[in-house]
Amino acid sequence: MVEIAEAGRVSIRGVTKIFNPGTESELTALDRVSLEVEPGSFISLLGPSGCGKSTLLRLVAGLEQATSGSLTLDGEEIRGPNYLRGLVFQDPTLFPWKTISQNIATGLDARGILAGKKDKVDEYINLVGLKGFENVYPHQVSGGMAQRAALARALINHPKVLLMDEPLGALDAFTRMRMQTEILQIWESRGTTALFVTHDIDEAIFLSDRIAVMTPRPGKIKELIEVPLGRPRARNHPDFIRMRNKILQIFDFSEEHLLSYYI
Amino acid sequence: MSLSKGIVARNLALPRLRSLKLASLQPAISLLLIALLILVHKILPNVQPSGNTTNFVDLVYVLAGLYAAWWIASSFVGSLKARLEYATPIIIAVLVFLNAWELLTLKSNIFPAPYFPSISKIIGVLFSDWQLLGLSALYSLRLLILGFTCGAAVGIPTGIAMGWSQRFSYWMTPILRTVGPIPATAWIPIVLVAFPSSFWASVFLVALGTWFAMTIMSWSGVANVDNAYFEVGKTLGAGNWYLLSRIALPAALPIIFIGSFKALSVSFVALVVAEMLGVRAGLGWYIQWAYGWAQYQNVYAALIVMGLLFSGVISFVFYIRDRVLVWQKGLIKW
Repeated sequence: MVEIAEAGRVSIRGVTKIFNPGTESELTALDRVSLEVEPGSFISLLGPSGCGKSTLLRLVAGLEQATSGSLTLDGEEIRGPNYLRGLVFQDPTLFPWKTISQNIATGLDARGILAGKKDKVDEYINLVGLKGFENVYPHQVSGGMAQRAALARALINHPKVLLMDEPLGALDAFTRMRMQTEILQIWESRGTTALFVTHDIDEAIFLSDRIAVMTPRPGKIKELIEVPLGRPRARNHPDFIRMRNKILQIFDFSEEHLLSYYI
Repeated sequence: MSLSKGIVARNLALPRLRSLKLASLQPAISLLLIALLILVHKILPNVQPSGNTTNFVDLVYVLAGLYAAWWIASSFVGSLKARLEYATPIIIAVLVFLNAWELLTLKSNIFPAPYFPSISKIIGVLFSDWQLLGLSALYSLRLLILGFTCGAAVGIPTGIAMGWSQRFSYWMTPILRTVGPIPATAWIPIVLVAFPSSFWASVFLVALGTWFAMTIMSWSGVANVDNAYFEVGKTLGAGNWYLLSRIALPAALPIIFIGSFKALSVSFVALVVAEMLGVRAGLGWYIQWAYGWAQYQNVYAALIVMGLLFSGVISFVFYIRDRVLVWQKGLIKW
């Protein structure tokens, strides 16, 4: 049905990002971060706020420039935003003046290749389960539906990498879990590389091939963890819980600390 | 004893009155007030010079007939009934005002002639002088449309360019800051000399007032567009032209429309003053001319026409906005 996109390899090498260098408000958001993202893999950037995970994602998107170090997609240096690196924010940021289907079609429209592609737009509406909502405006749909539309809007360009910045952060717990499953299905069917920012440990374990655990001040990747679990993953499986404990320990929320809260 | 009895009686009477449903009595009150208005006219002697009041009385008969028909029809059609009940309190208020006004002017001269002519006299002017009034309204409308369109056609692009380009904003801001706040009408002495005809001078004045309001609002509209929209646009492959025309412009439209309402009220002022001082046509000129002859009933008639015309123009712009901004939640209704 949907044509498979060519997955991209993202290489992040020794990237440092300093905001407002040389001023009082100088801030080192990222300090010599390196990460190799294999084509077609799903990698989460996990950490508390202020660890630079969103900054790293924005650097890959090309919305910020690194102070030093290099970022490449399939060997080509990332210089600015490009439709081959699709982005989904925590806020769906659908264009309120466009209908759901017009929003999803934006990528094709912006590149001037929308003419005669109605079938393709329909395909992506179906992919995210928004059939029947093509002609409504964003304020008329729920948060989950809006986020699905944002996902379809990013995917319609066949990005080599799909960048997601806490895309489920604003949703309620139930919608969130359902959306996690849907994101996985879409990612598997599309075969794109996925880079996913979250501060939810369970979400990271549920979704990812590998988790880059990040710590703040300055932002660094503290550890890169393989998730050797088959999909679909059960959130209550002992291996899942073992993964969670391992990550909690990295963040110093070890069992000893937690014991005092028992009973 | 009798006092307490009275209170008891009133307490009993109130719920009974309510059970009759006050709302269903209101149309009868309206018709009574209409009858009173006609009686006042026919029976009481005129103190002010009356002029021709037959048009007025005829009009009242026609309106009374229409209202009575509406009332009768409303007992068969539910939607008409709801509208009747909604409109009747206002109609009653208007009728009370008309009765009072006629008594205070025509029938007693407490509000003295000629400054306070009776409604019947003003209506008489609307009937007898409708050709000149209509022509004046058309002249005003032409001036308004030309001036507003020119002002908006320059103001919106100017504002958008200021919101979009730092450099353009740098050069434009001083001009906007110094020229903008000067009321358009203050330019009249210069403009009347600078333009070949007083008509184009007036178009320029209306356009100038419109331009400032439209520029300011378009500027702030574009400058306040959420940056995230542009970021999404860029990651979707949008170039600068797409970002400007398909993202910045639609995102700024709600504020641009607010600007257009501001611009309209400014251009109404510019229009009337320009017509009073320069062009020898239009409603502003008509008022000035009637004032010169102390024909105050004509002044009032022109004010009524002006009110209807300008209100119609505003309604039209609201209508356009509602069509363009269907996507917006919670629009203000006019």
